[in-house]
Amino acid sequence: METIQPIAGENEQHPDVALVARVRDGDVSAYDTLVRKYERQIFRIAQHITQNREDAEDVMQDAFLKAYEKLDQFQGNSKFYTWLVRIAVNESLMRLRKRRTGKMVSIDEDVETEEGSVPRDLADWAPDPEQNYTQSELAEILRKTIQGLPQGFRIVFVLRDVEGLSTEETADTLGLSIPAVKSRLLRARLQLRERLSRYFRRKKGGEK
Amino acid sequence: MTCSEFLALLDDLIDDSVNTETRTELERHLHGCEHCEVTFNTTRKTIEIYRSHEIYELPTSLRERLHAAIMARCKKGC
Ligand SMILES: [Zn+2]
Repeated sequence: METIQPIAGENEQHPDVALVARVRDGDVSAYDTLVRKYERQIFRIAQHITQNREDAEDVMQDAFLKAYEKLDQFQGNSKFYTWLVRIAVNESLMRLRKRRTGKMVSIDEDVETEEGSVPRDLADWAPDPEQNYTQSELAEILRKTIQGLPQGFRIVFVLRDVEGLSTEETADTLGLSIPAVKSRLLRARLQLRERLSRYFRRKKGGEK
Repeated sequence: MTCSEFLALLDDLIDDSVNTETRTELERHLHGCEHCEVTFNTTRKTIEIYRSHEIYELPTSLRERLHAAIMARCKKGC
């Protein structure tokens, strides 16, 4: 009862800061810890952008190697994770460019759409709509639906809503303004909602 | 408050970044407008579903293989 618990304050150091410092001092095992901590997220982000499993594997490896090489350039004023995400996003876009030779790929692609800016399908959903599907059916629905979003909306939604970056971090990572992130996020959310309605809407009485 | 005014603040409401006064106004609109209520609930559900379901699983064996490859190259100094 007498131990005084440290109070988590604003000045409390993020645990990654110490790990990064150890890596800089030549402790490779500290980097092992960082890789373990974030490999799933980095793989997921790469999959969302490249939409290709092999590319995502390559991106994940390249991003961690690049981060390791460039660790000296990492400024402590951003989080290690956000910095890593930025590297992974750039690597993913580079992969896409290689695949679609000659075609410019950027996060500004295909955003000139009004789809979803005004909700049309206003059918309410069943109470727990995902329970009408098996796990694998649901995963397939979610994959198909998000793959149909324009790239520039998809990345914003993934970083902000799936990976939990703040609006500022998302803007910083993608080199977008805060209003641009906000407007893309709203449209991404509304488009996904609209597309998912096809599967999740409340069925009329009797209908299964 | 009109529906488009509501929609403009939808994200802030979902992300809980509105002040009390605005929240009260938004909630008042929600109570009287079925369209916006459905939009709000289903949009929130959309986010929740994507957040709680892993759609790009990284199988353990693949994860270990990639992890080992990364660390092997880092130990060599990349
Ligand atoms: Zn309304």
